[in-house]
Amino acid sequence: MTVMEQRGAYRPSPPPAWQPRTDPAPLLPDAEPYRVLGTETAAKADPGLLRRLYAELVRGRRYNTQATALTKQGRLAVYPSSTGQEACEVAAALVLEDRDWLFPSYRDTLAAVARGLDPVQALTLLRGDWHTGYDPREHRVAPLCTPLATQLPHAVGLAHAARLKGDDVVALAMVGDGGSSEGDFHEALNFAAVWQAPVVFLVQNNGFAISVPLAKQTAAPSLAHKAVGYGMPGRLVDGNDAAAVHEVLAAAVRRAREGGGPTLVEAITYRVEAHTNADDATRYRGDAEVETWRQHDPIALLEHELTTRGLLDDDAIQAARDAAETMAADLRERMNQDPELDPMDLFAHVYAEPTPQLREQQAQLRAELAAEQEGAH
Amino acid sequence: MTTVALKPATMAQALTRAMRDAMAADPTVHVMGEDVGTLGGVFRVTDGLAKEFGEDRCTDTPLAEAGILGTAVGMAMYGLRPVVEMQFDAFAYPAFEQLISHVARMRNRTRGAMPLPITVRVPYGGGIGGVEHHSDSSEAYYMATPGLHVVTPATVADAYGLLRAAIASDDPVVFLEPKRLYWSKDSWNPDRPTDVEPIGRAVVRRSGRSATLITYGPSVPVCLEAAEAAQAEGWDLEVVDLRSLVPFDDETVCASVRRTGRAVVVHESGGYGGPGGEIAARVTERCFHHLEAPVLRVAGFDIPYPPPMLERHHLPGVDRILDAVGRLQWEAEG
Repeated sequence: MTVMEQRGAYRPSPPPAWQPRTDPAPLLPDAEPYRVLGTETAAKADPGLLRRLYAELVRGRRYNTQATALTKQGRLAVYPSSTGQEACEVAAALVLEDRDWLFPSYRDTLAAVARGLDPVQALTLLRGDWHTGYDPREHRVAPLCTPLATQLPHAVGLAHAARLKGDDVVALAMVGDGGSSEGDFHEALNFAAVWQAPVVFLVQNNGFAISVPLAKQTAAPSLAHKAVGYGMPGRLVDGNDAAAVHEVLAAAVRRAREGGGPTLVEAITYRVEAHTNADDATRYRGDAEVETWRQHDPIALLEHELTTRGLLDDDAIQAARDAAETMAADLRERMNQDPELDPMDLFAHVYAEPTPQLREQQAQLRAELAAEQEGAH
Repeated sequence: MTTVALKPATMAQALTRAMRDAMAADPTVHVMGEDVGTLGGVFRVTDGLAKEFGEDRCTDTPLAEAGILGTAVGMAMYGLRPVVEMQFDAFAYPAFEQLISHVARMRNRTRGAMPLPITVRVPYGGGIGGVEHHSDSSEAYYMATPGLHVVTPATVADAYGLLRAAIASDDPVVFLEPKRLYWSKDSWNPDRPTDVEPIGRAVVRRSGRSATLITYGPSVPVCLEAAEAAQAEGWDLEVVDLRSLVPFDDETVCASVRRTGRAVVVHESGGYGGPGGEIAARVTERCFHHLEAPVLRVAGFDIPYPPPMLERHHLPGVDRILDAVGRLQWEAEG
């Protein structure tokens, strides 16, 4: 008998502590993204909610085009458009209660605005004004997060803290397909599942991380499949179907609120515009692909459903467009005013009390400004 | 007047007591990290906290430093005061993005609306025979990040007082714990711990006239030993314990250097780009006309932390400090 044969005869029993925690099947996402619009399920959807989603989508699209225009006028340093992804943005905002928290990425300005933030305050980061132009506690919207996926553990910690305090609060954290490759994505999902924190993770899979397509980002069957490894359900949804995104997120939020723990939702969508106004998308994708996705536009999908069912007439469509136009005009006008910044604020919020070193530097700047004023007279 | 019964206590015990008292006084204080619960920490600094306050207040987390600090950010956003343990100096590196991109900046980016009262406990430094990644002195990284306070005690009483102050601070504090002083004993009253020590004040540990040794954390006892030994050479050395690297106590340091006219900065971390360069520059800028000699640095070598069998050659010891003091051109006095 060879050594290998001897080894083959050895049958170790599993270590005593090891046992599968759950049947993984309920955690697995469906093979196809969940859809509502254009299916029989749409008849069961609340018409009031669908109309509200529609109005918000129209307003959101207008917000995106207006903000993009402002970059061309130099009023915004940069704008990462979410055109084509408005269904995810709007559903993420509308699915939350006032007491809940939203944790947006840098592309999710629209979700923050849909949650009630002043459109100008939501843009201060992108125009080079103060990084966060709003008090996060006022609308329970965390600062727009520029590093990738680092806001996800914040959402987990906040939701965990709320539950420790006995508060009925859910956190919804948004991230892109590229962000799902970051270490913080893994750590956040793992913490959330171990702590059974009331968190919903929404991955907007828009096809590209700047220029890198999903196939070069991950070898997973889908991003929703990643949930299974953490012991939480993964859900796959058509990210351009506002009714479907809302329904899936609402179920995940309900589950979290009832103590069921976190859910990972992957919304399959597409970034119709370039990564930002500074990006040349023609270098990494063809017009035909973009055109295919334009045919699957979230506004057109919902408009078709609502008009076909007699839930939306021309007047209502016009009213939604008018409201969006009013918002855009107001945004344009206010963004065209130069913000007034106080240089002394540079030192005001580094620490609760400025250190002696910062006081010295503050005095130096004050003297420099006084000299400037003197010179101007 | 009541007499205070002083007993020998270790720095580790004082740190534990500081967390226990802070948790008892304030229900929003939460201790978290790998092994801090049932085990009481690998150095037993969190011993008994989970038992006394429950696992929700002293939590064993998954093994993931970015996750530990990242979730602490969210907890602080919701009004808690997390005290995070990083277990060993070099284990904190995965958490650097959270520390630098969020912990240090959240107050600033929200214009004061969202301060983060987080204490990050980092056992640091060498001299305990630790294998690689268990002996780094990373204070220069923390000092270079605006928005963080950086504190390091050298005595049992300061360990208690400074940790209480760190936990009570509305700003994030990187609390560097000198590992090799964990078991150093001091006379201390564990029944009536000393008052909270305000962050940002240096202290003169030993008065002298010949030169000032500027130091902190694990190098404080080494400098005190060097000062004793220096008496044989006729040198009377003053020892300043910084206690706080950010904010920096220019006043105490410069008052000392102006008295002595000579200064040596002593620390374990590497000299190039290290804290000593900043401190020497500050002293020179403020005390140039009082200086009789250039400000010297006695630091660790500019090498990755060496294996334990060689660390005694790397760490600044009494002889190297005395040699530097000797190089301060004493003959110029005569």
